[in-house]
Amino acid sequence: MSTTMSFRSFLLRPLAACALVIGIGFAPALAAEGAPHPPREDWSFAGPFGKYDRAQLQRGFQVFKEVCASCHSAHLLAFRNLAQPGGPEFSEAQAKAVAEGYQVQDGPNDAGDMFDRPGRLSDRWPSPFPNEQAARASNGGAYPPDFSTLAKARTYEVGFPGFLIDILLQYQEQGPDYIHALLNGYKDPPEGFSLPEGAHYNEFFPGHAIKMPQPISEGQVTYSDGSPETVEQYSHDVTAFMMWVAEPHLEARKRLGFQVMIFLIIFAGLLYFTKKKVWKSVEH
Amino acid sequence: MFARREAWFGAKATAWGSAAVIRHKGKGTIVATSGTAEPTRRDFLYLATGAMGAVGAAALAWPFISQLQPDASVLAMSSTEVDLTQVAEGQIVTVKWRGKPVFVWNRTPEDIAKAKATELSALMDPVARNANLAPDAPATDENRAAEGAGREKWLVVIGICTHLGCVPIGHSGEYDGWFCPCHGSEYDSAGRVRRGPAPENLAIPPYKFVSDTKISIG
Amino acid sequence: MSGHSTFEPKHPALKWFESRLPLVGLLHSSFVSYPTPRNLNYWWTFGGILSLMLVCQIATGVVLVMHYTPHASMAFDSVEHIMRDVSYGWLLRYMHANGASMFFIAVYIHMFRGLYYGSYKAPREVLWILGCIIYLLMMATAFMGYVLPWGQMSFWGATVITNLFSAFPVVGPTIVEWLWGGFSVDNATLNRFFSLHYLLPFMIAGVVVLHVWALHVVGQNNPTGVEPKSDKDTVPFTPYATIKDGFGMVCFLIFFAWFLFYIPNYLGHADNYIPANPLVTPAHIVPEWYYLPFYAMLRAVPSKLGGVLTMFSAIIVLFFVPWLDTSKVRSGRYRPLFKQFFWIWIAVCIGLGWLGSKPAEGGYVIAGRILTVWYFAHFLIVLPLLGLFEKPKAVPASITEAVLGKNKGGAPASAGVSAPQTKG
Repeated sequence: MSTTMSFRSFLLRPLAACALVIGIGFAPALAAEGAPHPPREDWSFAGPFGKYDRAQLQRGFQVFKEVCASCHSAHLLAFRNLAQPGGPEFSEAQAKAVAEGYQVQDGPNDAGDMFDRPGRLSDRWPSPFPNEQAARASNGGAYPPDFSTLAKARTYEVGFPGFLIDILLQYQEQGPDYIHALLNGYKDPPEGFSLPEGAHYNEFFPGHAIKMPQPISEGQVTYSDGSPETVEQYSHDVTAFMMWVAEPHLEARKRLGFQVMIFLIIFAGLLYFTKKKVWKSVEH
Repeated sequence: MFARREAWFGAKATAWGSAAVIRHKGKGTIVATSGTAEPTRRDFLYLATGAMGAVGAAALAWPFISQLQPDASVLAMSSTEVDLTQVAEGQIVTVKWRGKPVFVWNRTPEDIAKAKATELSALMDPVARNANLAPDAPATDENRAAEGAGREKWLVVIGICTHLGCVPIGHSGEYDGWFCPCHGSEYDSAGRVRRGPAPENLAIPPYKFVSDTKISIG
Repeated sequence: MSGHSTFEPKHPALKWFESRLPLVGLLHSSFVSYPTPRNLNYWWTFGGILSLMLVCQIATGVVLVMHYTPHASMAFDSVEHIMRDVSYGWLLRYMHANGASMFFIAVYIHMFRGLYYGSYKAPREVLWILGCIIYLLMMATAFMGYVLPWGQMSFWGATVITNLFSAFPVVGPTIVEWLWGGFSVDNATLNRFFSLHYLLPFMIAGVVVLHVWALHVVGQNNPTGVEPKSDKDTVPFTPYATIKDGFGMVCFLIFFAWFLFYIPNYLGHADNYIPANPLVTPAHIVPEWYYLPFYAMLRAVPSKLGGVLTMFSAIIVLFFVPWLDTSKVRSGRYRPLFKQFFWIWIAVCIGLGWLGSKPAEGGYVIAGRILTVWYFAHFLIVLPLLGLFEKPKAVPASITEAVLGKNKGGAPASAGVSAPQTKG
C-alpha cells in the first residue's frame, strides 16, 4: 500500500499539478462565471491502484449520519452495504446495530395499516423527508440532493489540454474535489455582491449563492480514532464516503482492471510475435 | 510423453501450413510455410497464443454467466419475520418468503392428535423434509412441527405442492390438511403427502423462534 | 460470400451436410481462402474491431436488459441496481456504456481510412453506402441508448433531439408528439426508445452482413488503391489477415480497458447521475462526444429549420462522396493535394467537435460557421475540383511492385503479367 502510494505521488503529483495549471489556463467557460477551480485533493481512491481508506470511510459515515443525513437522503444506500467488502467494512453486527437504530416504514399489516419497525440489513437508508416537496418546504425551497450518486454527478470543466492529460493520469476525482471545495468554500460575500434572501456565499458554488448554510463546523463530530476534528478533515472524510456510496465497486473495478491489463498486454505480445512469424515470408 | 505431444502439435501445424500451400499450389511462392522444419519453437508460440485466447474468452464469459445469479438485494431479503400472536387457533396464515408462500398453521389438539396417530408405514414419504433437521430424519409429527415445549401446535411449511409447484388449499381434502387443486395431491395435518401424484411432503423452511411469539423464516 | 467455394469436405457427415447447406464452404471462402491484398496496413483492422464491438454491445446489452426496468420512475434506480447489486453488473454496464464510445472511435477511424484511401470509389459505391447506413443506424441506436438510464442528460438530450423535428413546417409539431407518445418526453417515450434500442442493433447486424457481402464481391481496397492483378498480390485471409486483425483487436481492447476500468465515466456526463427532472434543465446540455461535430453545425445556422437541415445534410453528403470525388486515382497516397485537404478536413471535424462542447456564444458560433462551411466545401467543391486540377504521383503497376519497391529501396520487381484475378 505504502509503495503504491509513494509511487503514485512520485509519478503523478507533478503531472497532476501540470494538468491543473494548464487546465486553469484553458477554462474560459467557468472563468466567465467567476468560480475558481476546486483544488485537486490527494484521494486514496484515485489512480490505477486506488483503494478506499476504511477508517476514513467509517469517519465519513459518522459525519454523514450525524450531520448530513438530517437533510440529505441516500436512498440507494442499504444498511447491508456498510458491511460489504470494498466499503467502510463495518462488521455485520455493527451494520445491524446501525439499522436497528432507525425506524423503517413497512406494511400494510393485516389490518391494512402501515407500521414502523426497526431497520434490517436489507433496508435502504431512510430518507429524512417523505418526498421532495416536504424536503423543499423544510429547506427554504431548495432540495437537498440525494447522496446516492452525488459524488459522480458533480464536476468542473477541465479545459484543453487538461482533459486529454486526465485520460493519461486516469484522473476522475473532479466530483470529490468539487464537494470538498464546496464544504470549505463558505466565505463572506465580496463587496457589491448581492446575496439573495436565505442564501449563503460560497466561493465554489456556481453563481456563489447557495441555500445550504455552512453544514459543518470545527469540533461538531467527535471522532473516536483521534483524527483532527476540523472542517478540512470532516470534509475529506465525508467526501470519500460519498464517493464510496456513488461507486461502491471501485476497488473491485481497479483490481480486475489491473489483471485484465496484464493479460491483454501479454496476449498482445504473443499475438504480435505470432503475426510476425506468420507473415515472415511475405513482404508487405 | 513430451516427444509425443510435440509430434502431435507438429502434425497440426503441418496441416495448417500445408493447407495454405495447397491453395496457392502452382500459383506463386509467396506462401512459403513449412510445418516440419522447426516445429518446437514456432508451434509453442502458436499454442501459447491460442491457449491465451481461449483462457481470455472463458474469463470474459464468466461475468455474463455470473450476472444470472440472485443479486445482492435479493439475497439480503431472504428472511421474513412472523408475529404468531396474530394467528388464532385453527387458523392458517400465509406469509411471503423469498417470493414463495409459507403456511403457518396454529393447529388444534385434534389436528395434532390425528397427525401423531398416523403410522410412519402409512406415509408415502417417510422423510421429514425439515430444513432444520438432518436430511434423513423420519417424518414423525415431532419432526414436522416446531421444536420446543408448547410449540408443537405450530406447523410451518412452504406452501408449494411438491408435484409441480401449485399452491395447495388449506383445511381441505380427505386428510384435513391441504388439497392441491392442480392434480389432486393431498396432505395431512402435518403437511405430509398422503395421496399422489406429489412425491414428497411439504418442505419445511429453515426458521427459528426469535421470541416466544415470533419466528424468523430464512 | 465470394463466388464458388474451393472447400471440399472430407468427412462423410460433413459431405452430407455441405451438399444440403454449404455453410462451412461459405465461411471457408469468406474467412479462410478469401484473397486479401498483402499490403493492408493496420488501419484495415478496424473492420474486424467493429465486428468485435458490435458483438460486445449486443452481448452486454442482452444481459443488461435482464436487470433493467424501462419505466420513468424506475429506470434510473434499476441502472444503479445493476451497478450495485447485480454480480459483475458494474462491469457489464460500464462495458456497454464505454463500448458505445469505442464503437464510434472505431467507426470514425474506419470511415477516415475509407476516405483517405478512396475505398468508396468504383466499384465500391454500394459497399460505402451500406457503411453510411450502418453509421446512421449506430447514431440512432446510441442516441436512444443514452436515454435509457433516465438521468438529466438522457432526458434533456431526448427533449432537444426530438424537438429537432419540430423545425419542419406544418407536420413538425405532430411528428414530435408522435415521437414522444405524449406532450413531452415521458414514460411512453422511454418505452418506445427502449424497444427500438433493442431492435436497431439487430438491423445493424443485418446491414453489416450486406456490407461484408458487398466487400467480398468487390474485394478489399488497399493502401495503393490498385486492384490485385495476380495471385502474388494477395494472401489468404486465414492466417494472414486473421492474425493481424487479432493483434489489432487486442491492442484496441487495451485502449478500451483503460477507459472501462480506470476512467469509466470520463466519456459520459456527470449530469446523467442526476435523475431526470422535467422541471429543471442542466446548465450546459451537450450530446455525447460522437455527435458534437453535428451539434456544432446545428447551432452554427441561425435558423431553426436551416440548422436541422444542415445537420442532416452533413451525413447525407457522405452518401454522395463516390460521385463527388472525380479523381481517376483512388488512393490518397498518390494525391499530394488531396492529402493536405484530407488532413485539413479531419482538423475541421475535430474543431467542430470541440466547438460542439462549447456554449453557443460569441466567437464559438463564428468559428462554428466557418468550419461548417469548410466541411461542406470539402465535399462539394474541393473533391470535385481536385480531380480536375490535381497532378497525381505515379501509381505503381501492382501491389507487389509497390511492396517490393518499398522494401527493396526502389527497383520495382517485374510485375508479371498474369491473368487478371476474377472475383465474385
